[in-house]
Amino acid sequence: MSTLHTLSILVTNESGVLSRVVDLFSGRGYNIESLTVAPTIDRNYSKITITTIATNEAVEQICKQLHRVIPVLKVSDLSVNDAIEREIVMVKIQVKDEDADKILRIAEVTGAKVIDITDKNYTLQIIADEKQIQALIELIKPYGYKDFVRSGKVAMSRS
Amino acid sequence: MTKEMFTGAEIFLKSLEAQGVDEIFGYPGGVILNIYEALYNQDKIKHYLVRHEQAAIHAAEGYARVSGRPGVALVTSGPGATNTITGIANAYYDGYPLVVFTGQVSTDQIGNDAFQEADIVGITRSCCKHNYLVKDVKDLARVIKEAFYIATTGKPGPVVIDMPKDILTAKTTFDYPKEVKLVGYNPTYKGHPLQISKALKLLREAQRPVIISGGGVLQAGAHHELTKLAQLLEMPVAHTLMGKGTYPESSGQSLGMLGMHGNYWANFAVVHADVIFAVGTRFNDRITGCLKRFARDSQVIHVDIDPCSISKNVKVDIPIVGDAKNVLSAMIEELTSKPFTIDHVAKEKWLKQIDEWKQKRAIPECHSNKLSAVKVIETIYEYTKNFRPIVCTEVGQHQMWCAQMFKFDEPRRFITSGGLGTMGFGFPAAVGAAVADKNALVINIAGDGSIQMNIQELATCMDYGLKVINCVINNGYLGMVRQWQEKLFNKHYSQTKISAPDFVKLAEAYGAKGIRVEREEDIIPALKEAMESGCSVFIDFVVENFEMVYPWVLAGQPLNKVLLSNDQKVC
Repeated sequence: MSTLHTLSILVTNESGVLSRVVDLFSGRGYNIESLTVAPTIDRNYSKITITTIATNEAVEQICKQLHRVIPVLKVSDLSVNDAIEREIVMVKIQVKDEDADKILRIAEVTGAKVIDITDKNYTLQIIADEKQIQALIELIKPYGYKDFVRSGKVAMSRS
Repeated sequence: MTKEMFTGAEIFLKSLEAQGVDEIFGYPGGVILNIYEALYNQDKIKHYLVRHEQAAIHAAEGYARVSGRPGVALVTSGPGATNTITGIANAYYDGYPLVVFTGQVSTDQIGNDAFQEADIVGITRSCCKHNYLVKDVKDLARVIKEAFYIATTGKPGPVVIDMPKDILTAKTTFDYPKEVKLVGYNPTYKGHPLQISKALKLLREAQRPVIISGGGVLQAGAHHELTKLAQLLEMPVAHTLMGKGTYPESSGQSLGMLGMHGNYWANFAVVHADVIFAVGTRFNDRITGCLKRFARDSQVIHVDIDPCSISKNVKVDIPIVGDAKNVLSAMIEELTSKPFTIDHVAKEKWLKQIDEWKQKRAIPECHSNKLSAVKVIETIYEYTKNFRPIVCTEVGQHQMWCAQMFKFDEPRRFITSGGLGTMGFGFPAAVGAAVADKNALVINIAGDGSIQMNIQELATCMDYGLKVINCVINNGYLGMVRQWQEKLFNKHYSQTKISAPDFVKLAEAYGAKGIRVEREEDIIPALKEAMESGCSVFIDFVVENFEMVYPWVLAGQPLNKVLLSNDQKVC
């Protein structure tokens, strides 16, 4: 059965590494749901976080294949551990005067922040896990939104 | 004192020298002229000029397969580089060490669609073990050192180094690194002791065990260990196409090759085994047949240096990640450290059962008065076996007949493209083999289709006095595809009838020797004449068009559905 998996991959910070990692997914026909990459505190290394929908067997095989890539140092399938996951979402909403209060209240209860206000638009930001993000999306849907962007997940194990 | 400065081109050669490389295969071109200039001014490294870049890579692989050392090839940018892809993919699939140097346009031109520019690092990413684009001449020596290390360790494979033109002219000092530091690359050589103990227990208790020996045994140089363990535990050994020569085929315990065109008894032994001990094989679909039915009632122990191979196709009960030689030695040591017993009665019964299966053989069928391909290949084997030949093949019917008929007691004598199945591999690989072992009798057995894919290498042979005896099994068809069409596509021979030049005249046009054989009694005289010839030879064996390769397990069928002759229906 295919489920959502979050893989955390430590690589050396050099050109072409991301392609090598991503090729393993595309070459086997797996879709990447989200992808983030940034250097670690030691800038010689980068951390890639990939979420993908696949069977456990397929993910096990992907992890082995990832280990084969020379600049890959470590691969963890966080879905099998207790993991802490966060993602940033920004959503721009065109707000009618009569809805302004409701939007602000939604922001308050979902833990979102209003990070920009123009005469027509409110932009909300939320840093949360998948569940909270989905809750925010459901709540703002009736008001329509002009733009929506999510950063892709970053994650680490609790232990 | 200031240190002497060298150009990138000189550093390239100095690094190869430091690496102990003395023979390379290549083809010059615009951006690597500086290397060819440096080659011109030295005599330590011999360069073999091929006639096509693909052939340079296959020759380097043939060289690696015979010598056990990494093969080295040098080509230019753009088309020179893209022509290498099939060769690189072939070496990657079968796991042979190559270091392939490609030229690249200058760093300031990369990405600008310059003349003869190709993103070879991007193109080869999925078909090589690792690749590099050298962006600073100071990195060149280190990159070369790393490339050889990566190519030859773990599961061997090809590594590509892309060298822009300006890197080859830039200067720096030369220090060849003594050590390689790669934090992300640590192949596992030693098998886990607990897994080894578990495997031994299972093997000792097995009633109907069978070993499947693959190319990994050859790579690790573990054939002696495998033979010893098989004898200690009285286990019969089947081998894969790549594992040919890893267990003496003259031994009674050898089952020969298994799989699609493997022996009836080898396949039956695997189907009825209670324990399968697989060493250095990827369980390719050509040896498992229908995966769901493979090893349904048996326990599987799998030794492989590449963790990716384990439980990829076949679910494994006892996985052991490690180098075959290391693991098998550890097993022998543990086994012989104290007295052990095995059930001789059960083993005897098992071997007797296999002997019964051995009565089932494919019956060669040749319906015309033309030469039989099977007879030709059998005769080549019988006539040449005492000369310890290196036998290369192309891909197709002739390849399977060779795998069935040639018997080897040692590894590195049978050179064939297994995983990728590359037509046009055999002849250039034979060129590489002839370079690696200059005294060996090198035979390339080819089909009339395959040989036409890299036939131009006859010029290379003539240039360097390399002797390859090409035995063309000329049946006028792309035989293996035609065989599938006959059985599975109602004899619709769509685009498989293939014409060929007059191979005798063609050989002569190159200055080589050409012999045509159309009658059985001429086979041996032709071979004798070829072996006595001072140069490369083409023997054109004009054979029956419609001979089939049997035994045959159709793709997707379980291993025990073996067809032995044309009369058997597809079920």
